[in-house]
Amino acid sequence: MRLPSWIAQHTAAVRALLVFTVLTGLAYPLAILGVAQLPGLRDHADGSIVQADGKPVGSALIGQLFTDADGNPVARYFQSRPSAAGDGYNTDSTAASNLGPESVEDTLGPDGRQSLLTQVCARSKAVGQLENVDGRRPFCTDDGVGAVLRVFHTEGLTGAVTRVVSVNQGCPAKPFVAAYEGVPVECAQPGEDYSRGVLVPIRGGAPAHPAVPPDAVAASASGLDPHISVAYARLQAPRVARERGLPLPRVQQLIDEHTTGRVLGFMGEPGVNVLRLNLALDRLPG
Amino acid sequence: MSTATAGALFVLSLVAALAVAYRFLGDYMHRVVTGTKHNVLERTVYKLIGVNPAAEQSWGSYARSLLAFSAVSLLGLYALLRLQDFVRLGGGADFAAGVNERMWPHLAWNTATSFTTNTNWQAYSGESTMTHFVQAAGLAVQNFVSAAVGMAVAVALVRGFARSRTDKLGNFWVDLTRITVRILLPISAMAAILLIAGGVVQHWGDGTLVSTLTGGQQHITGGLVASQEAIKDLGTNGGGFYNVNSAHPFENPTAWTNWLEIFLLLCIPFALPRVFGRMVGDNRQGYAIAAVMGILAIAGIALTNAFELGGAGTVPQAIGAAMEGKEVRFGVSNSATFAAATTLTSTGSVNSFHDSYTALGGMMPMINMLLGEIAPGGVGAGLYGMLVVAVITVFVAGLMVGRTPEYVGKKISAREIKFASLYFLVTPALVLIGVAAALATGNWKTQANVGPHGFSEVLYAFASASNNNGSAFAGITVNTPWWDTALGLAMLLGRFVPIILVLGLAGSLAAQKPVPVSAGTLPTHKPLFIGMVAGVAVILVALTFLPALALGPLAEGLR
Repeated sequence: MRLPSWIAQHTAAVRALLVFTVLTGLAYPLAILGVAQLPGLRDHADGSIVQADGKPVGSALIGQLFTDADGNPVARYFQSRPSAAGDGYNTDSTAASNLGPESVEDTLGPDGRQSLLTQVCARSKAVGQLENVDGRRPFCTDDGVGAVLRVFHTEGLTGAVTRVVSVNQGCPAKPFVAAYEGVPVECAQPGEDYSRGVLVPIRGGAPAHPAVPPDAVAASASGLDPHISVAYARLQAPRVARERGLPLPRVQQLIDEHTTGRVLGFMGEPGVNVLRLNLALDRLPG
Repeated sequence: MSTATAGALFVLSLVAALAVAYRFLGDYMHRVVTGTKHNVLERTVYKLIGVNPAAEQSWGSYARSLLAFSAVSLLGLYALLRLQDFVRLGGGADFAAGVNERMWPHLAWNTATSFTTNTNWQAYSGESTMTHFVQAAGLAVQNFVSAAVGMAVAVALVRGFARSRTDKLGNFWVDLTRITVRILLPISAMAAILLIAGGVVQHWGDGTLVSTLTGGQQHITGGLVASQEAIKDLGTNGGGFYNVNSAHPFENPTAWTNWLEIFLLLCIPFALPRVFGRMVGDNRQGYAIAAVMGILAIAGIALTNAFELGGAGTVPQAIGAAMEGKEVRFGVSNSATFAAATTLTSTGSVNSFHDSYTALGGMMPMINMLLGEIAPGGVGAGLYGMLVVAVITVFVAGLMVGRTPEYVGKKISAREIKFASLYFLVTPALVLIGVAAALATGNWKTQANVGPHGFSEVLYAFASASNNNGSAFAGITVNTPWWDTALGLAMLLGRFVPIILVLGLAGSLAAQKPVPVSAGTLPTHKPLFIGMVAGVAVILVALTFLPALALGPLAEGLR
């Protein structure tokens, strides 16, 4: 008996799916798994695990937090970049912030959400305090939030200014500027709707090249970035040297030893592997 | 060396490697798709499937086989996803305390559609939702066969140009088998081993639980990542093993694996025009098509780099560089190059998060996708898309000078133009109707950002799904019944309606008798024609999408 052609077509399709599942879904990955057991590859294939005192402490490729149980930086360690993966460097919920370049207005109040700008400003301020440098940045207030005004005009978008609110500074905070175009600036009342005003970020007087480098205030793509920039490592060196009682040049030498340059001179960017650097510090005698 | 110089060298080294691939991979693929000798493995596959490799098919029969295979694939993958709660094989998914993200029917539908259509849009998070078994035996299988399906369609269209007075376009099952066995599998295997050498994991288990230096817990994840990563890039699929895709250090650990992954996702699409040139018996036609792809691709990569390195916008200015959502080891430039490459092809894997790009830098991936992913486009899909643009171009040129349009020895008559123009209406209709529906029904409110950027997230989602890309402005929450269903439909229609039209076009071309070259024939290998094809592609997109782009990224970037 011959099957009608439309059924024959589908039996061929079902058989094809099964054949290709065996070939590309089982045989192929298992063959690669077999090759991965070869010496030299196996360590990589299992996750480049790094040991200290015979115990696994992490992966050379995965960043981790160097904070105490309360989330405060442990001062004798170099700190990693900000991370949006769970509570930070959570490998079971990798993520980026996904906030855009004009994410500048916070939602205040108990269910509030910080804009990306305020997150950047707050991180810069915190890093500045930890490393004893100027944490100011363009478009940030001195109290570490985004310097953003909502400006109300008589005609909506144009006309005389009638009212100005510093939207990221919840009352009773003191606005970062006293007046804008002659109108006194108010602090923001949580829950109040300011959306009819025009959003105006204020650059302010911060230096064009802040002391705190970009990677120290921006969350990575994976949330697991194992590297920091050379600039951020150098910024942290004096604190780590002080905490460990080491001469600063020794710490700077360790940074140089753990800096990977561009591959072949032109691929990627230089970076410092934070876990490896911290492990090297822990292994120093004394 | 400055970042810009290093970034330019990075792109130039890719161009050089792709030129080599064009010649050698192109010639190799030509032998694969035109060869009639089958090896033992292939003969076994034909026997198991129950097909006669010598029997060729008409376009209708070819299309029915393709659709049957894709339908069965979709249903099979849906079943596998729904059953993974009962069949837990390998590590993954259940390691975390309870699976909080289940494969609900809408999510399973979305994911199954996504992988069978070569889109790899991911509304789930790989590390918490998928077991290793389902990733390998479900998702990665579709990475292979959906790529082979796209390449088969392109080859069938080229046969339509190359053959005359026939209704035979080849045998779908033979094309599927030979492309998978001779092209995708060997290159993937080599790439997977290189990736492991770079640090990508290949581990069947739950990974390792470690205690960090400051006493915290961290789970060093496992998974059959390298084998899946290789075909994810080579097949321009893009579905990451992990949620953060090629930004994850276990998927893309170093600057050179980043280079390799970009090369993998560009090599087949850029080499396929060589197959076209050789099959129609005129290598210059292949060079011309590759040149159009190259011009558009380099423009896209250069602009993305320029906007990202420029770092405009309030937050990038505050940070001092567009570093939000980017990894230190790749830096701004190599991230931007990856973003352009992944959207110029239909890949959609990401090594940085486009949602946090500068306004105009984030617009470039959208434009690349809205171009129809033809420069160089997905494996196969790029070539057939570009050939349809070429057909439209000779038609427009023919109208201007008052001659019957011809392309590589075939008349472009009313029938061919109907197929070609319908092809070009499908994705714009899906994108614009989809965005309008999301706005009208209030489903846009799942966006993460407000204002124009929120609109961009919605526009990006439909541009990505309808063009089978799979990347996202990922802030938007799309795992809701409405989004899963709507984007699933966009992916399905955006893949198979164009495929049917292309196969129809191929059938119509193959039936013609060849037109001899005469003094009135427009040469289709000269710079004039190359410029015209690029111009037509850009103008078609600009006219269709400028209003939508004006509401999103342009409004955000040109304040």
